[in-house]
Amino acid sequence: MTDTRIVPGYRREAGDPALATPEYGSTRHRAPDRPLVVLPHTLTEVTGPAFGEDRVTAADADLTRRHAGEPLGERIIVHGRVVDSDGRAVPDTLVEVWQANAAGRYAHEADHHDAPLDPDFTGAGRCLTDGDGRYRFTTIRPGAYPWRNHHNAWRPAHIHFSVFGRAFVQRLITQMYFPGDPLFGQDPIFNAVRDERARQAMISSFDLDETVPEWALAFHFDIVLRGRDAVAFEDPADGDEH
Amino acid sequence: MALQTTPSQTAGPFLHIGLLWPDGPTVVADDDPAAIVLTGRITDGAGEAVADALVETWQADADGRFASAEDPRGPATGGFRGWGRCSTDADGGWRIVTVKPGPVPGPGGTTQAPHLDCTIHARGLLRQLLTRIYFADEAAANAADPVLADLPDERRATLLASPVGRRYELDINLQGDRATVFFDA
Repeated sequence: MTDTRIVPGYRREAGDPALATPEYGSTRHRAPDRPLVVLPHTLTEVTGPAFGEDRVTAADADLTRRHAGEPLGERIIVHGRVVDSDGRAVPDTLVEVWQANAAGRYAHEADHHDAPLDPDFTGAGRCLTDGDGRYRFTTIRPGAYPWRNHHNAWRPAHIHFSVFGRAFVQRLITQMYFPGDPLFGQDPIFNAVRDERARQAMISSFDLDETVPEWALAFHFDIVLRGRDAVAFEDPADGDEH
Repeated sequence: MALQTTPSQTAGPFLHIGLLWPDGPTVVADDDPAAIVLTGRITDGAGEAVADALVETWQADADGRFASAEDPRGPATGGFRGWGRCSTDADGGWRIVTVKPGPVPGPGGTTQAPHLDCTIHARGLLRQLLTRIYFADEAAANAADPVLADLPDERRATLLASPVGRRYELDINLQGDRATVFFDA
């Protein structure tokens, strides 16, 4: 009989940035200064919310149609799949995005960048992945913007992504970047991910096949969540002589 | 070979644009007879309020069951969603209205005391912080909890919310002598 108290956990996979990353100034007083305590994955960690099913509509995935007029900027499609690191699709999971407008300004009271707001663009979208883990947004390519982390600091253009996954330990908030951005080299947030292969996993790829003629360029961005540990089978025949 | 996981990045200071839901902080209605209110403040290592954070909670229902297809006992059926989300205010304050979770099976035949997993996202956090919220008025259950048992005595209290009427208060300190225990999960 299966013991339901024995649940497979999730792999603690490499690639995430260190919390203490001094080049990113805001980590100084916020990154925990004591070692993290290893937590076994119990039922609380391997389950997770299924939120949004009765709340998200197809219109929520089109950030260009949320206001009376069309926003300014370069219309783009951003699409991909949410999978785990074993390649298993993560269906029916909530994907939330937010971003700056084409001028590099967020529709947020705390953004004081001297660039225009766009009355036709808020920059928020959400959708649920389909049965194969696919998601798709229509939006405007966000602009780069300055911040005060260091002299002449500029964030590479990016879209913030929040994904639930199946398990609370798969929960991910990340940023999607655009290929070939000249600002990568000086950005401490992007470069807080030290491994080159892991950094590449944050950069979307231009997708000509999904680009819609006369309408919008497409970018492809797959989101890979942590994979599950192998299940430890307890075979009662183990140790028996055959 | 396993695929490269997508690394975490900070949610930044403008997360409110994309992540707020009107009923995010009310896992159950404020006037639900079983409702409890979890509140506290988040403070950084300089003693300043963390006014731009996002707090999320995930928990079992009052019977210790999860609203998740991943619960091997089968998903909870009572309609309790188990998940809450709120942003902090100018004082670093957060508030989630929910029910007190029941005990949950733990590893090795143990029973976990009533608890919530709690994540924090914010500017300056390159990945989420995960902590747990336990209840100070569950002394017997807490004493038998396998996660609390592994913590040094002086740090265990950083996870215990104190009852004040139907409210439970727990401040979260990111750094310093009174730093909250954060987990590597």
